[in-house]
Amino acid sequence: MREARDSDGAMPSESQGCPGPGATGGSAAPCEGQGPHRREVLLSLLKLPCSLAVLSAFGGAPAAEEAKQEAYDSSAHYYGMGIQVDHCIGCGRCAEACKTENDVPKVPFFFRTWIERYTVYEDGETLVDSPEGGIGGFKPQESERRVFRSFFVPKLCNHCDNPPCVQVCPVGATFKSRDGVVLVDRDYCIGCRYCIQACPYGARYLDPRTKTADKCTFCYHRITKGLLPACVEVCPTQARVFGEVHSAASPLRRLMRTSTLQVLKPYLNTEPKVFYSQLDREVR
Amino acid sequence: MEELYRQLASNLNHVTGFIYPNEVELHWGLLVVIYPYVTGLVAGAFILASLEKVFRVKEVEPTYRLAMLTALAFLIVAPLPLLAHLGHPERSFEIFLTPHLASAMAMFGFVYAWYLMVVLLIEIWFEYRADIVIWSRQATGLRKWILRILTLGSMDLSPQSVRFDRKAVHAITIVGIPSAFLLHGYVGFIFGSVKANPWWSSVLMPIVFLFSAIVSGISLVLILYYVSTLLRGKEIDMTCMNKLASFLFYALVLDLSLELLDFIHRLYESEESISILRELIASKLFISLTIVQIILGTLGPLAILAIARFSNLPSELKRLGYLVAAGLVQVGIFSTRWNVVIGGQLFSKSLRGLTVYKMQLSGAEGLFSGLAFLIAPLVILYILVKLLPPWTEARNRQVEP
Repeated sequence: MREARDSDGAMPSESQGCPGPGATGGSAAPCEGQGPHRREVLLSLLKLPCSLAVLSAFGGAPAAEEAKQEAYDSSAHYYGMGIQVDHCIGCGRCAEACKTENDVPKVPFFFRTWIERYTVYEDGETLVDSPEGGIGGFKPQESERRVFRSFFVPKLCNHCDNPPCVQVCPVGATFKSRDGVVLVDRDYCIGCRYCIQACPYGARYLDPRTKTADKCTFCYHRITKGLLPACVEVCPTQARVFGEVHSAASPLRRLMRTSTLQVLKPYLNTEPKVFYSQLDREVR
Repeated sequence: MEELYRQLASNLNHVTGFIYPNEVELHWGLLVVIYPYVTGLVAGAFILASLEKVFRVKEVEPTYRLAMLTALAFLIVAPLPLLAHLGHPERSFEIFLTPHLASAMAMFGFVYAWYLMVVLLIEIWFEYRADIVIWSRQATGLRKWILRILTLGSMDLSPQSVRFDRKAVHAITIVGIPSAFLLHGYVGFIFGSVKANPWWSSVLMPIVFLFSAIVSGISLVLILYYVSTLLRGKEIDMTCMNKLASFLFYALVLDLSLELLDFIHRLYESEESISILRELIASKLFISLTIVQIILGTLGPLAILAIARFSNLPSELKRLGYLVAAGLVQVGIFSTRWNVVIGGQLFSKSLRGLTVYKMQLSGAEGLFSGLAFLIAPLVILYILVKLLPPWTEARNRQVEP
């Protein structure tokens, strides 16, 4: 629940739909010349409910916590992840760190992130496996067949810009936050599992303890504090690159500039924000 | 939870090829199969009832009231399996309070409420109003009081008011037909609009659902009419049975044509999912699709109906043929729903492997609970029939306008 609360806490006025300065700027233009204070008065009136909402949301929180949460401006960020497929060694540390950090059930049926191993044999057949989601690494293939090539592909929620899971949620419990992260409100989800059906990437599961949908949040509780997602933090080869999609100074942006990137299942028009370099055509 | 983990671990042994790790758990089970099955019966029964009112098919008149009560009984049960399936049924009211308008599922409450409140209840009330007034005077005990409440204080039996009732029924039926189409077409849309799933994602899905609904509704009313008439020791109206059988036959032909069109279209387009879907049909769905749905549930009834309807067999044999065909159609339509809902989850979205569905016996999603949801509408129908007899001889002819 931590991440959902963080998200709610970070943008209470935004989720209420209160217009910011950008929203009022255009509409205020015709008012000019009709009275010196009218614009200011209207603006302050508009801000009033927002201010009340902010005050009531943080009413009981300690002052330090309040300052920290207010410091995070979700509209100033837009996150994505780059995966350098040729860097991944299949150690599985990312999947393990994710389970620990996010309290994902330890049984091998629920994953926020996992690693797939692709083995292409000389005869053209491709074998894919992901034992335990890759946690603990991969044992060597025991087949006698000659391997043509082999590689690992980390998978996670693609935080689609056009997310089908968000579209189908009947109550709006899953949503895309302003910083582009797709989140689930655990206190609101009714557990219908339509979002799990709608996700083309198998990135969602139903948490058996809460009976609500769950998925990768880019470790929202960490990134809103300026930290990296756990999987990125522990990756020994920097196969995962996290950062801003638009900011020129971001490492992700640099990867986007220097590599040819692909996304998974682009024909579905989900517009993923997890970008893969050196992605093989076998990967779906 | 330990039980779930054990079950998932056992499922893992039946996986062939590669599936995403989160796909070991199959999310929509038996209860979600029952939901479109029951909703289809509602829409089908209503459309059959409308034939008599709107298109003036006088032959099926003996089934009109029975069909309406059947639609109501099944509609009352329709949302229950969905509710039982939710992880948090206590939050289901949020669908009404804060619906997410982009979601096909969020529309469920509104489509359902419209159909139940505006179409079915009002039409049944106007249809029965004059009879209810008279019965409430004749009846005794609890039934008298219930009927008296059901009159809603409208005790007028003048020819003008009865004429108004008839007009109202006619008008509501005209609204009701597109509503019935909406109700079940919408259920098809829930599946057909999931672009992530190539087995579901088809623009034909709502249309196929609709025609299979008509097929299932007609066959259910045929069975109920036959059985109830026999149980009451009355004469079966063969003109009515013949007409029902004809409609069932034509609806089946249409339904089969649409299914075939969908099948051929997929095969001809041969998209990337075709090889895994071919494997699915040849292995995990072979019995429920090829044997039960197509051979037993469609071709079999078509042959029986054709022979019974268009030959010179004695009436007793004819109607027995109709009954067998209608029973087989029910089995076929149930497996149609099964093949859509369960079939669509048996292959991985990586298109590289197949998984398994193991139905439990007990538990909220188990076989017993499923059976309860299938029997419940029949119990409700029994009560409705006792309260508002749909039989021709129960009508009060003196109030006919």
